[in-house]
Amino acid sequence: MAGIAVSTTINGDAFEYLCQPDETLLDVLRDRLGLTGAKEGCGTGDCGACSIILDDRLVCSCLVLGAEAEGRQVETVEGMAHGDQLHPLQQKFLEHAALQCGICTPGFLIAAKDLLAKNPDPTEEEIRFGLAGNLCRCTGYDKIVRAVQDAANVMKGA
Amino acid sequence: MVEVTLWGALGQLAGGQSKVEVEAKDIRELFRKLAEQYPGIEPWIEKGIAVAIDGTIYRDTWSKELPQGAEIFLLPRLAGG
Amino acid sequence: MNFDPRFSGRKFSSVGTRPLRPDGIDKVTGRARYGADFNMAGQLVGRVLRSPHAHAKILKIDTSKAEKLAGVKAVITAADLPDLTDGDAGMYDVLDNCMARGKALYDGHAVAAVAAVDASTARQALKLIEIEYEILPHVTDVDEAMKHTAPLINDAIFTEGLEEKPAKPSNVTKRSQFGHGDVHQGFGHADVIVERSFKTEQTHQGYIEPHACVANVNLDGTADLWVCTQGHFVYRQHCAQLLGLEASKLRVTSSEIGGGFGGKTHVWAEPVALALSRKAGRPVKLVMTRDEVFRASGPTSATSIDVKIGARKDGTITAAEATLRYSSGPYAGTWAEIGAMTAFACYKLDNVKTVGFEVLVNRPKTAAYRAPSAPMAAFAVESAVDELAKELGIDPVEFRIKNAAQEGTRSSYGPVYGPIGIGPTLEAAKHHPHMKAPLGKNQGRGMACGFWFNFGGQTCVDLNIGMDGSVSLAVGTVDVGGSRASLSLVAAEELGIDYAQLKAVVADTSSLGYNDMTDGSRGTFSSSMATISAARNAIKILRDRAAQTWDIPVDDVVWENGHAIAKGEKYGNLAALSLKEIAAKSGTTGGPIAGHSELVADGAGVSFATHICDIEVDPETGAARVIRYTVIQDAGKAVHPTYVEGQYQGGAAQGIGWALNEEYIYGKDGRLQNAGFLDYRIPVCSDLPMIDTQILEIPNPNHPYGVRGVGETSIVPPLAAIANAVSNAAGVRMTHIPMSPPRVLAAIEAERGG
Repeated sequence: MAGIAVSTTINGDAFEYLCQPDETLLDVLRDRLGLTGAKEGCGTGDCGACSIILDDRLVCSCLVLGAEAEGRQVETVEGMAHGDQLHPLQQKFLEHAALQCGICTPGFLIAAKDLLAKNPDPTEEEIRFGLAGNLCRCTGYDKIVRAVQDAANVMKGA
Repeated sequence: MVEVTLWGALGQLAGGQSKVEVEAKDIRELFRKLAEQYPGIEPWIEKGIAVAIDGTIYRDTWSKELPQGAEIFLLPRLAGG
Repeated sequence: MNFDPRFSGRKFSSVGTRPLRPDGIDKVTGRARYGADFNMAGQLVGRVLRSPHAHAKILKIDTSKAEKLAGVKAVITAADLPDLTDGDAGMYDVLDNCMARGKALYDGHAVAAVAAVDASTARQALKLIEIEYEILPHVTDVDEAMKHTAPLINDAIFTEGLEEKPAKPSNVTKRSQFGHGDVHQGFGHADVIVERSFKTEQTHQGYIEPHACVANVNLDGTADLWVCTQGHFVYRQHCAQLLGLEASKLRVTSSEIGGGFGGKTHVWAEPVALALSRKAGRPVKLVMTRDEVFRASGPTSATSIDVKIGARKDGTITAAEATLRYSSGPYAGTWAEIGAMTAFACYKLDNVKTVGFEVLVNRPKTAAYRAPSAPMAAFAVESAVDELAKELGIDPVEFRIKNAAQEGTRSSYGPVYGPIGIGPTLEAAKHHPHMKAPLGKNQGRGMACGFWFNFGGQTCVDLNIGMDGSVSLAVGTVDVGGSRASLSLVAAEELGIDYAQLKAVVADTSSLGYNDMTDGSRGTFSSSMATISAARNAIKILRDRAAQTWDIPVDDVVWENGHAIAKGEKYGNLAALSLKEIAAKSGTTGGPIAGHSELVADGAGVSFATHICDIEVDPETGAARVIRYTVIQDAGKAVHPTYVEGQYQGGAAQGIGWALNEEYIYGKDGRLQNAGFLDYRIPVCSDLPMIDTQILEIPNPNHPYGVRGVGETSIVPPLAAIANAVSNAAGVRMTHIPMSPPRVLAAIEAERGG
């Protein structure tokens, strides 16, 4: 099978790759580009562990084809920190112990970033529904919700 | 001499007794003597038996002493999650 | 080593604080490497072919077409995994579960596997493997499987634990019994007797990370395995035994683990990946799909439980009895036995009897799931206890307090208790504001208690002091939820240094002595004990080096607050030496400074919890929603309280999912119908409220800091607490878990109709 040539932007940097027509963007990120921050928990769009932002839209990268990234902006967990500065969400997830095993954390961080970009001052209920597409089996979500609330406060003040 | 309480299945292998008396100073000696007196118990010891001494459960410390008058209770060795 | 594990009642400066976890930065930046995040040069992709039948004889496997496909490097069947278990029945079952030997025993049972250059070639190859099955009658329900007419899963099974060996084989592998006193007599003294039957459906641990490994077997018999596991030393033993490798030549590295909850205490695909690598002569990466995780790993038992409890009018329980039937998949287990031991462990009973039956079914091999077997038994018992309190007109908390076990009580599983925390958790529940909060329309409150044993076990730790005075701690218990932070706190406490001076890592199997796995809530309990011991051994050396520097007897040197201090008036002018100063000179005072510890951390101490839950039931749809939840549990000593709270909250959330929604659904054909997160729905963020926690600290006398395991007990009470709350809200006793909307609605309608 001939590969499809794709030019795209990932976390602000230009990338070019060849991928198969049936290859997901998640597989491209993980297996071709070495960006293993996005995780595959299900491969069917049910767990959100592979969440990325594609042109300002939160998507499960397991449901996007690698070829669909052509000419678009991709944002993954690897692009959240700036230099030696963690994103406020990353910092607050650490401070609130909003992770135990941490496998869902990259997806939650990306989903929360997308949520706060669209709604900088969410209520608890809005956070809970905004993150309902991401599964966590360790925390019971309590500390995740608190971390997002705290990060929202910090980001509002910034 | 310590009195040792066996759980159901183990009691059957000791001729239907739920309590047996054994001259043993620690868990290792207890297991050795039990295996001598009741050979049917030996495979269970191999598979793993926990020993409760006055309520504290020991699973692997075979050197643990059995104080005189202590309550000694054998239990199946369990799985955890 | 002379190590005194007894509780010493010291004052803490590090333990009990809440610093950031050392592995946190990697986890929020996406750099932490989990099972599927590792690759080796030249690695192949492994895939497993699974039986579509619940029960079938494998008449013939033809792999020739798959082998001829370009890019396929190895195809294996059970023939490539010869039986090396040498009469070890438990390991034989593990082997058979990894790859079916003659018979497929459940939908999803592995029957063959391939390694190919890429995933799409591997998938094509699976389609080219031809298998001829003879389909056999199957049984998936625990009660059906016990009937004399049920299809036999293994005709060599004759029930163990009966007075006489049965004449015929059956699906019941074992009967076990616990208790004391005379229940018949006890029920005779009762004024009120409650007798109920309960069922719980099978659930999965539901870790978000599927099983994943990279295996590499070299021609010289050495091998490496990178794997997500709760116990890499145990995986090494099992894989070495099944593959015929020498354990010390198989190096197993535990990746970061994306959840386990008991499901990663067991090898599934790892021996298959090693066998593929051995045959192909190349590394093989094998990652399960979510579908495979549900169909072929992990699940807990489905159960059917009868409970009978009697009490006098004054609220004293006179007798309690339970019969517990637990499915174990197609292989023998001890799950009902654990249920029978834990069922009545919260109570002080003169007459108690529990009987457990282990039942084979055509479902995946049952694995441990967080306090395995205890939640279902607690659901049945605590539901009946609530009913009894109601019939007696006594408040459910008061009724439990009156009958709670205490120090000196003979436990229902046998021994007499030492100091335990059930009473204090109940008293805390009684006085908790949650108990007095008003309830709205269609709302109900429930509470329940739970018990779990907790384990200790074999543990080994290395503590190395660098020449710059920083300390590295190498532990062998896999960190499933923050134990590197708690163990660093313990080392900092014992050495008297700053937490930031330490870095804890999980060592691979070639770098550290054997460790039991992280199960039985033992991670922090046992490795903290070994860490304290290792630190004390390092302090001996540090004191010795200071004594050398000062040229005074070592007995005159004490260790306080991270410094060696010369004790005695004659040394008045000697300035204390810090750990850093001693480390800097270590090259000339005798070389590297380290403390090691190898021990068995026994005396874990049993654990109790009480949960309170408010539920709102929609009478039109039967949907039940948790609106408030409180966990009260004894931690002995909370080393890192934030992560202790996390364990309480996480266990409660898993229990909520189990109670209200999660279940394996099998069709008449014996195939699993909901092998995915869409149809097997675990709680999402919008399903839950905040989960309040209250940590009690009743020191464990068998740990220097009083620590008890905290990981598992929190999943024991939720099924019952929620069932009691739903029953109170809906006005009808719920006896079947999960209490999904159709079940609740049916119960409400039956009550209305009746």
